[in-house]
Amino acid sequence: MMERLIPGASSFSGDIDWLILLVTVIVGFWFLLAQGVFFWLIFRFRERPSVPALYLSAQDKVIKRWLSAHYLILVCDVFIIAAAVKVWVDVKQKRPPADERVRVVGQQWTWTFVHPGADRQLDTPDDIVTADDLHVEVGKTYHFLLESRDVVHSFSVPVFRLKQDAIPGRQIVGWFKPTRTGDYDIQCAEICGIGHGVMNARIHIASAADHQAWVRQNTPAAAAAGGGS
Amino acid sequence: MATTHPAHAVESHGHGHEKQSFFKKYLWSTDHKIIGFQYMFTGMAMALIGAFFAYVFRMQMAYPGEAVPGFGVVSPQEYNALVTNHGTIMVFWVAMPVLLAGFGNFLIPLMCGCDDMVFPRINRLSYQIFFLSTVVILASLFVQGGGFGGAWTAYPPLSSVSEYNLTKIGATMWVIAVALEFVAFLLGGINFITTAMNSRAPGMKAFDLPVVVWMIVIASIMFMASVGPLIAGAVMLLFDQTLGTGFYNPTRGGDPILWQHLFWFFGHPEVYVVLLPALGIVAEVMSVFSRKKLFGYRLIIYTVIATAVLSFFVWAHHQFIAGIDPRMANVFTVTTVIISVPIAETCFLYMATLYGGSIRFTTPMLWALAFLAEFLIGGVTGIYLGSSGADIYLHDTYFVVAHFHYTFVPIAILAVFAGIAYWFPKMFGKMMNETLGKIHFWGTVIPFNLIFIPLFFLGAAGDHRRIFDYTHFPDLATPELQAMRIFATLSLVVMLLFQFVFLYNFVHSLIRGRKAERNPWKANTLEWTTESPAPHGNWKEMPTVYRGPYEYSVPGRPQDYWPQNEPS
Repeated sequence: MMERLIPGASSFSGDIDWLILLVTVIVGFWFLLAQGVFFWLIFRFRERPSVPALYLSAQDKVIKRWLSAHYLILVCDVFIIAAAVKVWVDVKQKRPPADERVRVVGQQWTWTFVHPGADRQLDTPDDIVTADDLHVEVGKTYHFLLESRDVVHSFSVPVFRLKQDAIPGRQIVGWFKPTRTGDYDIQCAEICGIGHGVMNARIHIASAADHQAWVRQNTPAAAAAGGGS
Repeated sequence: MATTHPAHAVESHGHGHEKQSFFKKYLWSTDHKIIGFQYMFTGMAMALIGAFFAYVFRMQMAYPGEAVPGFGVVSPQEYNALVTNHGTIMVFWVAMPVLLAGFGNFLIPLMCGCDDMVFPRINRLSYQIFFLSTVVILASLFVQGGGFGGAWTAYPPLSSVSEYNLTKIGATMWVIAVALEFVAFLLGGINFITTAMNSRAPGMKAFDLPVVVWMIVIASIMFMASVGPLIAGAVMLLFDQTLGTGFYNPTRGGDPILWQHLFWFFGHPEVYVVLLPALGIVAEVMSVFSRKKLFGYRLIIYTVIATAVLSFFVWAHHQFIAGIDPRMANVFTVTTVIISVPIAETCFLYMATLYGGSIRFTTPMLWALAFLAEFLIGGVTGIYLGSSGADIYLHDTYFVVAHFHYTFVPIAILAVFAGIAYWFPKMFGKMMNETLGKIHFWGTVIPFNLIFIPLFFLGAAGDHRRIFDYTHFPDLATPELQAMRIFATLSLVVMLLFQFVFLYNFVHSLIRGRKAERNPWKANTLEWTTESPAPHGNWKEMPTVYRGPYEYSVPGRPQDYWPQNEPS
């Protein structure tokens, strides 16, 4: 369902889409049922000449049985909660071991990305720093270290179905694993001042070969001269 | 009332028979009805302003960069200020004053059968402080730097540091205005609760009160219980802004997330604070126009109390991805999804009221039925957002915007129009025009759906909130998505144009309308037993109550209604 609106490009985007579909099916059923009954009641009990209204109290057994529908709602709620918690734990609580780590820094109104470079280690001379362009390799598991230099931002990659606020004074670690190559939007999803609407960036998901080529081309000259390590 | 406070009763009756100056009668009055009107008219005027803001920023989104007719080119700063103040005004200066204070003031003494609120002067003070807050919030839009643009949630450090928000004066005035508004409603709430508890007519038990009075009282208690932490939070925010303290500043030992907790601890119950009076209005209207006893009176009140209590334990669902401990999300997703049980039960009880009825499709009834049908959409879409896993994606998208407008528009627009159409005869002694009322109804409800259904899809496609121009985002700048944005905007324009039908009907009926009898709808509750409009002091002879408010179509009676004050 969701793929028709926006492609999915991470290992967990399918799980989140599936959860959204599950919720749609369950609440869709209740929604249609409730609206159907509601409009039927409106139609069936419209004013008709010489048909007086009934005098009913809540003690009436038949109607009471109808109202016990809330037990069924509770059962549906349990299914939804179980599915939601499962997806949540997989995306936000468990972190599969990282192949690489990237630092993501939000500030008014730019995303700065620190890529680990050829040695696959952050905070070494061959780190590649870019503004508003994140380069990742398909099929690799990434941990992102999310920071903010000023206000609350939100690192949002719609094709990953991923969103995480960046809080000044803290580093928040999350993960993603791209599963599809291509260039997609990165947003700031939390209002962050007058430039909020232009705090856009792009994620470039490339094959291993293409990504290595990009790393080679962009390794800082000083680090390349020093032998890379 | 007359028995408990004889001094005041004498005083207010005395005033009722004198010729009063316009100032004394309409602007400096202690009469609960006049104060209710003051709140209601101020709220409706603010609604026009809030609606104009929505028109301007929707036009900017549909036609980015072009001059908006009636406003001009919208700068990013202006856009943020418009979005922020649209939200702030619609919640705090429209929904709250009209539903809680407007209807609460007008209805509670009339439905309890007393001559005025318990503390009429506190009531007058409440409106005066509210009026002051209105002046401050409107003035904040015109100060140097412009109005505050950090969203109605005002997350620090954006809201607390002027270097970040660039609206030093506007941000401070915004906080002051909101804090003043809270003080006004605390004062009003004292009156609602004490009046309903202490000033009921002889014979009227607590469960003889109309449901709408219960709802307003429960809402006032919720407001009082939730607003304290936010007032503390607002004072800290004010200190951060003006005195350079660091309550929310991490480099000085503060925490930006603290504000989010305080804000949403208030913010979520607040949704129910405005929902409950709307539910109450709808209950009155549905019972009268289906000529049916309200089904499960006590059960409705119990389910609403259950919802109200639960609503204090769901606030962090606004913060799933805000950097709180991820394990907390699991607790809050349970409480959030479970709240669907009592609120669904309430809706079922309302629907059960229709069963076996004799439904008259008057204008107030149409609004009330539409409330229920539309609110259901708002309710079920909340399940998506309460499910933590799905919220990772849907958080801060237009899906959220569409969801809460499907709750707030039924509350603050549909239920309010139901209430105005229903009580207009009692308020002003005239009948409203039914034909114009129905044109206005369809002209509001249809475009309303056409505005917000596209927003669900836009949100699911990735449109994130508070963006003044999507052309910067290649994935979102597609012609299909832009066509949906334009469609939603044009639907809004149509809906706003139809509001002129209401304004015309309102003013025309006020001046030229057919004179209303005491009880034009053949209703049971006490307000219909006095003259239309009710005089100062409400009754020449105070009523005595013999039965509950919903005894419609009782078998063996010649009439299908049985007023509460009629001896058996």
